[in-house]
Amino acid sequence: MASNSSILKSRWISFLVPLLAILLSLVIAAIIILSIGQNPIKAYSAMIEGAFGSRLSWADNITKMTSLLLAGLAVGFGFRAGVFNIGAEGQMAMGGIMAVTVGLGLGNVPPAIAIPITILAGMAGGAFWASIAGWLKAKTGAHEVITTIMLNWIAYHITNYLVSGPFAVGAGVPKSPEIAKSAQLPPLLTVQASSIPSGIIIAIAAAIVIYIILEKTTTGYEVKAVGFNPYAAEYGGISISKNIVLTMAISGALAGLAGALEVMCVHHRIFGAFTSDRGFDGITIALIGQNNPIGIIFSAFLISSLRAGSNAMQTIGVPDDIIVVIQGIIIFFVAADRIIKTWIIKISNIGKKKTIENIEGGEEA
Amino acid sequence: MTWLEAIFSAFASPLFYKLTILSALPLVFSAIGGVFSEITGVTNIALEGIMKLGAFTAVAFTFLTGNPWVGLFLGMLSGLILAFLHAYVSIEWSANQIVSATALILIAQGVVGFLMKPVFGQEGQSDFVTKIPTVKIDAIKNIPFLGEIFGEISAFFYIAIVVIIGSWFLIYKTPLGLRMRSVGENPRAADTLGINVKGIRYFGVLMSGVLASLGGMYLALGDIGQFQEQMPAGKGFIALAAMILGNWNPIGAMWASILFGAAEAMNIQLQTLMDLPSEIKALLNLLPFVLTIIVVGGFVGKTRAPAADGVPYEKE
Repeated sequence: MASNSSILKSRWISFLVPLLAILLSLVIAAIIILSIGQNPIKAYSAMIEGAFGSRLSWADNITKMTSLLLAGLAVGFGFRAGVFNIGAEGQMAMGGIMAVTVGLGLGNVPPAIAIPITILAGMAGGAFWASIAGWLKAKTGAHEVITTIMLNWIAYHITNYLVSGPFAVGAGVPKSPEIAKSAQLPPLLTVQASSIPSGIIIAIAAAIVIYIILEKTTTGYEVKAVGFNPYAAEYGGISISKNIVLTMAISGALAGLAGALEVMCVHHRIFGAFTSDRGFDGITIALIGQNNPIGIIFSAFLISSLRAGSNAMQTIGVPDDIIVVIQGIIIFFVAADRIIKTWIIKISNIGKKKTIENIEGGEEA
Repeated sequence: MTWLEAIFSAFASPLFYKLTILSALPLVFSAIGGVFSEITGVTNIALEGIMKLGAFTAVAFTFLTGNPWVGLFLGMLSGLILAFLHAYVSIEWSANQIVSATALILIAQGVVGFLMKPVFGQEGQSDFVTKIPTVKIDAIKNIPFLGEIFGEISAFFYIAIVVIIGSWFLIYKTPLGLRMRSVGENPRAADTLGINVKGIRYFGVLMSGVLASLGGMYLALGDIGQFQEQMPAGKGFIALAAMILGNWNPIGAMWASILFGAAEAMNIQLQTLMDLPSEIKALLNLLPFVLTIIVVGGFVGKTRAPAADGVPYEKE
């Protein structure tokens, strides 16, 4: 048994569990694709082509990665404090709404001021929205899973109201006007028609900042202590309620930043449902990244590649919803990580069995 | 019509009460499903996903066979299977129940989205299918006012009454119910008394799957006779709030569902009675969600969850 627990304590297990979860989900998804009479190998190669095949697909991939990385950070940071923030979706929407509200009126302000103001407005919007759930959890014990989901729906209806009422502009899809040029973030790189948004730099910087907060600051220590064992933390003089509200605010600020960057880099406006389930993708990303900000950078790239590739898959007749199934199965196996750990032990024991038998045989003799 | 006039005329019409009951129906099934799971100590926030998969499966098989009762049966089976996955990893492998349930919501959403086109030939919504019939009782229909509410009503209404009374009886009046409650409060003590903790928990979670799928199926087969991809639009989570407000008791869950149903009915009535701009109508849709936050935030009175709710149990 001692050898088994040492296997589970080793560092590589934290990579192996999500890795095996991803592989398993791809195998199960292949079976589902087969069930509708499609060729999974064709589907997967279309997906890879769609994610990495051209400059345009890279640009699409990196654009998607920006908001996914921040959504993943938002969820992952919450997890570290033992808070399950399913509300990144609504916080993103509020971030977008605030960025548009502020960004619309910044025409005469130079970009050097307009851009940071718009970004901060987005972060504040997300932080405020998440703090409602944090405050309720701290004050009344209301489970954040239910409150954040309700806040998602409320944010969704508020966005719909704004783009069909006060903000409404033009015909067709209800949408807001474009924010001022000075509040728009210029692309990092433009190659022909495809451009890579500069938001990705901000998102990666945010991941590094969150890493430093978690690993090097007192705040990070308190957050982790509350997540690890709230009662012990309280006994040690750390306020649980203060930390829950603070965690939710930081988590919401990250999601709000995602919404703001989406507005400033990509659409320059909001429309109904512009968050398109990326808040939920954040859960998958945080879990694959093991709630580590640096790990989340890589898992965000994985999911953005799946998302970018799924559009290409759709063109050959495989519905892109298969990506949601893949994400669901990954999360399922990460939740049930013991199943995978048990398999790892079994597999590693097959190798060892011979030596153990030899030793035991020797003792008997 | 002013707001006040509209509210008054809503309260005066039997239609408001009928809409309240019909809006409460999906919540009643799913909330009682939640009660079954949580009193045995397993949280199941996947009700939303189970409702969706149940509704889809039921409509798909009604579409293929033409018989809504076949659809109903297979829809319940789909709920059972999804709940089984949750039960298996929660009970056997001590998985994080919130994370596992989130996974199932995604899997249900993905599988349904994936199969829409192969099954119905289009995304977004299915064709219209045969509904579960309404039940018309002439003796009730002739009563003034009440007759307009209950005279002709979906068969799901009568199924709901059986579920409400049956589950109350099962949980509070039978040895099995006593065991369920003891497993949810103190699994170790229950285990010491020789109660099969795992078995009872499986029963609770599987019941939640069957009942939540009924909630989803009412929306599709009882109400409009069609599956729509945005179903159930948060009702699974509102059902969780109804379960909490109802203090983890089937009768309480019923009253809480009726409260949420009334909020929804008032929303529908105000939208039809008043001449509102469409964006204001869209804004009114957020009322049930605000009500849920108020309820879950504990502003309506204190409730208490089963002590071992959400805590995996392992024998020592």
